[in-house]
Amino acid sequence: MIDTIYLCASIVIMAAVTYMIRMLPLAAVRGKIRSRFVMDLLYYIPYAVLSAMTIPAIFYSSGSLISAAVGFVIALVLAFFERGLMTVAICSCAGVFVTELIMTLI
Amino acid sequence: MEKNKTDTRAVNFKTGLTDGLPIALGYLSVSFTFGISAVGMGISPLAAILISMTCLTSAGQLAGAGIIAAGGGLVEMALAQLVINIRYSLMSLSLSQKLNEKYSLPHRIISAFGITDEIFAVASGKDGEIAPRYMYGLITLPYIFWAAGTAMGAFFGEILPENVKSALGIAIYVMFVAIVVPPAKKLRGVMAVALAAAGLSCVIKFVPVFSGISSGISVIICAVIAAAAGAALFPRKEAQND
Repeated sequence: MIDTIYLCASIVIMAAVTYMIRMLPLAAVRGKIRSRFVMDLLYYIPYAVLSAMTIPAIFYSSGSLISAAVGFVIALVLAFFERGLMTVAICSCAGVFVTELIMTLI
Repeated sequence: MEKNKTDTRAVNFKTGLTDGLPIALGYLSVSFTFGISAVGMGISPLAAILISMTCLTSAGQLAGAGIIAAGGGLVEMALAQLVINIRYSLMSLSLSQKLNEKYSLPHRIISAFGITDEIFAVASGKDGEIAPRYMYGLITLPYIFWAAGTAMGAFFGEILPENVKSALGIAIYVMFVAIVVPPAKKLRGVMAVALAAAGLSCVIKFVPVFSGISSGISVIICAVIAAAAGAALFPRKEAQND
């Protein structure tokens, strides 16, 4: 059981930090950032974050390593051909589902 | 004739609603799996919904829920959110150049809450300047669907058969793949940064020396090193707004 005070404090911090990140530049910054390095760093950060969060965690996100790998490959291929988020999500989930179904039958 | 065309300007609330609908539908499926994941980690459905209603960020929420479930420190939480969500500051910065004269400080303070990857992408793709009303319209449906999807996942995730839950568990990660792959295909820098971050993340996960590092701290370390290396080795040719 998670302690209620800890839970509330965590959510408040999550929300506050996330909001300040969005709000401060919009409210305060009117000029442009001069440093190319900082701009490039900010540009690359989301891709680095998403990659680090996805790998290796995605392989443990379903019932088995094999079904997760199938879902991951489906996602890579569909994303490569620039399908929408919905299409990629639905096809990958279906891939995981079917793979696990086949695995239980074998 | 004019009326049948999509309104490319960003002035009306209704135009914002229309533009927000596809985003909202996408959010429904992702927030549904967030609801399932959070409850699976031991977080109560109400807390999961509260997180979605106050944060509105997929990657940050998933990492945050993981930190809460692991009993991570509040400083770790703040740092993890800072690094994972720092991209929004770039988006806010970019949007700040595109707001019309009606965008007073209170409007900026309120609408900042709704800046997400997809909402930013749609807003910055509009012609000309953005009015506050348009922005509120754009944010409304994605926000409602994000909360509603979380609630459905959190409450009904339990009833779903194990194999369906298992299949849905991958959805949120797959969405991340769908965000990273298209630009990685076109830009070597993004490809290099993504591969480096993934590689570092595996090293921290599997090399025993680093076993003490929690998932939140791991994301911070991987992202900062990979992005800094990317900025140093692959400086971008021109300032882009995306």
